[in-house]
Parts: sequence; structure tokens; C-alpha cells
Amino acid sequence: MSAILETQNLNKHFGGVTAVKDVSFALAEGELRCLIGPNGAGKSTFFKMLCGQLKPSSGRIMFAAADITGHEPHDIALGGIGIKTQVPSVYDGLSVHENIMLSAWRTRTKVEARSAADDLLTQIRLSGQAERLVGQLSHGQRQWVELAVVIAQEPKLVLFDEPTAGMTLDEVESTAALIRDINQRYAYSMVVVEHDMQFIRMIADTVTVFHQGSILAEDNVENILRNPVVRDVYLGRQRIEGI
Amino acid sequence: MSTIIQRPSLIAMFAFMLIFLFAVPQFTEIYIINNLTVFAVMATMALSLALVWGFGGILSLGHSVFFGIGGYAYAIAVLNTGDSTFPILLGILLPVLLACLLGYFMFYGRISDIYLAVITLTVSLICYHLIVSTSGGQWRIGKAAIGGYNGIPGLPPINLPGDPSQRLGFVGKYYLAIAVMFAAYFFIRWLLETRFGRVTVSIRENETRSELLGYDVRAYKLAVYAIGAGLAGLAGVLYANWGGFISPVVFNIFFTAQIIVWVMVGGLGTLVGPMLAAVAIQYLVTVLGAAATSEIKAAVTIFGFKLELKNFLDSNIVLGMIFIVFTLFIPKGVVPFIRDRIEQARAAKIHQPGGPDAGP
Repeated sequence: MSAILETQNLNKHFGGVTAVKDVSFALAEGELRCLIGPNGAGKSTFFKMLCGQLKPSSGRIMFAAADITGHEPHDIALGGIGIKTQVPSVYDGLSVHENIMLSAWRTRTKVEARSAADDLLTQIRLSGQAERLVGQLSHGQRQWVELAVVIAQEPKLVLFDEPTAGMTLDEVESTAALIRDINQRYAYSMVVVEHDMQFIRMIADTVTVFHQGSILAEDNVENILRNPVVRDVYLGRQRIEGI
Repeated sequence: MSTIIQRPSLIAMFAFMLIFLFAVPQFTEIYIINNLTVFAVMATMALSLALVWGFGGILSLGHSVFFGIGGYAYAIAVLNTGDSTFPILLGILLPVLLACLLGYFMFYGRISDIYLAVITLTVSLICYHLIVSTSGGQWRIGKAAIGGYNGIPGLPPINLPGDPSQRLGFVGKYYLAIAVMFAAYFFIRWLLETRFGRVTVSIRENETRSELLGYDVRAYKLAVYAIGAGLAGLAGVLYANWGGFISPVVFNIFFTAQIIVWVMVGGLGTLVGPMLAAVAIQYLVTVLGAAATSEIKAAVTIFGFKLELKNFLDSNIVLGMIFIVFTLFIPKGVVPFIRDRIEQARAAKIHQPGGPDAGP
């Protein structure tokens, strides 16, 4: 399989602070990868560069065999990268249906977009609430609406920034099922930033560990959990023994 | 659901249009017809800002600049050509071009909302001072003397396209202003149903999300700003046509603030609200203007100061008070306020025992 996403020596400085340092990261087509790392490790900055919200200080980003370094966010989105942000970025003042519709309409005709939106509503189990304002939904439901919005975009690559933040255990489990389902059904490539190790075990095979802006380790879940360096900087002995 | 709620309003608007076009001119004296004409022009202007601010989320504080440039472009061109066809187009085109130029720097430069408001206001005030400083006889464009603060009087009314001998009278101007106002209303209603309109509203709601979905928000904002500017320019043309006169007052801060008050009082995110508010406030200003020059002698003496009632009838003071009262008590505006009350009442009815969903 060829790499759908590849970064080459990616750097981002904010004044004197280096948020991302020399990151060379590759993701195979159809792969589901988890990113972990302590707060401030540079995961979110890395994501923002991938989707164009921040311009890299140096280095290159290759996506689907094209150089997208420094492109505008809407160009990158059109190229096929969708992002689910950490705090749900949805249209709180608009209805659930309209939220998904706005995404689906980008690449479809009105009629096609409407039926795609209806399908997704069923999938996220919000058909009965299609006309409610998203701002009136629970936190977990808003996360799901954003998921549907991103899927309606038909991206080739989906970035998830902490998809289970603030969810109950039940919601975490169903979100894991949904993400795996999406990964398999649509063959989207995915990168998921997470803190919840149980959730990571449910969805991922390979994990990349960020630390102080660089990649510290990259391996399968079990090896990462056993890696003493990773334990030291991030997981902590107490917590790892508990798993 | 929202479209179902809004359908009756479309029918009601259509009925109002028929009444204003066919019934009102039959039963109304010319003085009122003349007032209704300028009300329709102001309602059109209100629609322009209702689109740009209420739906596009762009606080164009100096929106009157497009109105003024439209009016001046029409005035100067019509005095030169004699035929109004080209001047009308110019009165729409110039504001659109200015909006594209300003919008390019503001939206593509990603200037934040508050600076955008200040920039648009500044441009309006620059225009005001620019025009005011052209009072000498040397300031003329072709046959038209710009006239500084005194403005340009004696503008010929709009004529049939290509035939300067067929000019509009009072009633003709009325028909034109009413037709343009309703056309603008239906046009915006249609626009908001298209993908362009829906994306514009989505940008108001969450700009980042729209961008991440692949919409170039800069281009959408620029486009809606330019459309609003064109509509404001057309309103300016009709205003100059209405009185046969244009002066730099259209650029000053009182007028531009008035447009903001119309939209805010009527309700952001509605069309009917700003239209009605424009008419109501314009009516109030007319009445106050008449009162201020009348023979009202009422006054109170406090601590030896004689306060005359007449001085408190100044329209700017009244507008300011309206603005404050609405900001404090009805910040969403009249139409959303009423809509909320109706929905509350409806919801209360449904939850009552024996209500529509009580079941057998």
C-alpha cells in the first residue's frame, strides 16, 4: 500500500517555542492510526498544519501524491481531508439536518445531498431529532453530529482530535464501533488523537507517540504499552500497571 | 420545518405587494404616496443590510457609503447624459466595485469583525468629508457641479429606458420604489434558499467549520457583501430620483447609524423586521421633524433652566433612546421576539392536557 499522507521534516515555531520539531510521519492508505502524547506534545498543532489552519515553518506535507504544504484550508478540505475538532465545531444555531446537509451539498446535487444526509442521520441515530437545533443536543450527540458532518464530506483522510472527549463509557464504546465501521465501510484513512488507552485498544493497530514536538515511538499497541520510554514520559507506571 | 413556517409569510408578502401596487394608489393622496415612496426606498436599504449583517454576519457599520455612492453616481451621470438608463446601472455598479475592492482587503486579509466595522464606517466618513470639501464651482464632473455640503439639486427623474421624454411622475416613482422593494425581498428570499445562501448563513454560524468543509469563506463573504452593496446602490439611486436631490448627508454617521438601528430593532436574521422597522422609524423621524419646526411651546423650568419640549423631539435623541431600550430589553429585535412568543404559546398548548397530542 502506498502512503496517502506523508510529512517530511515538518517544523512549527511560535516565536521562540518549537511546537512541532522535525516530524516525518507516514500513513498508508486505509490505515487507522492513533496519536498519543502528553498535553503540549504538538498533536493539535500537527493536525492544524495538516488541515491548513496553520502554515508550517518548514518541511513538506504530501497528501494523495500532491504537495499541500501551506495550502488554504478549503483547498485541503476539497482535496479530501476532513477534521473532527476537539471541541465540536458544528453549527449550533442550525438544525441537525442542515448541519449534515451543508457538508453533503459540497460535492453533490441538492437531491443527492438530501438522501445522503438522511442516511447519515439514521446511522448516528438522530433521525428523530433532525429538525432540532444542534445547540440543544447533549455533548455526546453534538460529537456525533460532527462525525456525520465530516463523513458527509466524503474525505479520503479523516483526522479525529479526541473524539471521545467528555463522553460516557457507553458513548465511548459506541463511538469506537462507529469509527471502526467507518474505517472499514468507506475505506477512509484515519488519524485519531486520543488519551483514553482503552479506546485506543478498541480501534487501533498502530500507535505513534508524540513528545515535545517530535515522534518518540511508533509501534503496535501492545509494544507501545510495554515500551519503557513511553511509560516514563506519558503513561506513568501506576496507570500502565492498571491496564 | 423552517420552510413550512416561512411559507405563509411569502404568500402574505405577495398579497401586500398586490395591495401596494394596485389598491393603495387608487385611494391615497399624493402627499402620502410621496412619503410611501421614500419609505419603500429606505426599506430596500434595510433589506441590503439585513442580508449583509443579518444573514452574512458582516457588520457593515458604514453601509450608507454604498447608498451614497449609488445616489451620487446616478446624480452626476444623469446630469451629464440626460437619459437615466446608464446612470442607474452606474449607481449599482460603482458600489459593487467599491465593495469588491474593500472586501478583497478585508476578507482576504482576514480582518476581524470589529476592525471590519470600523473600516467600513471610516470609508463612509471619508466620503462625507470628501464631498463636503467640493463646494467651489471648480468641482464639477462634466456638466454636474458636485456642490459640497449643499449637494446636487434638480436631478431629472428616471425615464423609460432610452426615451428621456417619458419621465416618471410622483406616482411612477412610487410604483418603481415599491416594485424594487418587493423584488429585492423576493430575490433575497430566493437567494437564501440556494446553496450560496445556505453556506453564507453557515459562515455566520461557524466560519471555521465552513472552511474545513471546503467552502472558500472569503469568496462567499465578498460575494454577499457585493450583492448587498449593489442593492444599497440601487436604493441610493431611487432616493436621488425620489427627491431630485442628493447631498453628503447620506454619508454621515447619523444616517449610517439609522440603518443599523432599523436592522437591530427589526431583528437580525429576518427580512420583514428591518423593512418594517425602517418604515416605522422613518415615519417617526418625519413626524418628529414636523413637530420640531411647529409652534409647540411646552416647557419646564428646572433650577432656573428652561427646558423646551421641542428640543427633546430631536430625531437623533429619540433614535438613540430606541436603540438603548432595544439593546436592553429586546436585543433580538421585534420579529424574533414575537416569533419566540408565538412558539412558546404553541408549545404550551401542545403540552396541555387535551392538546393536539394528548391521544385517545
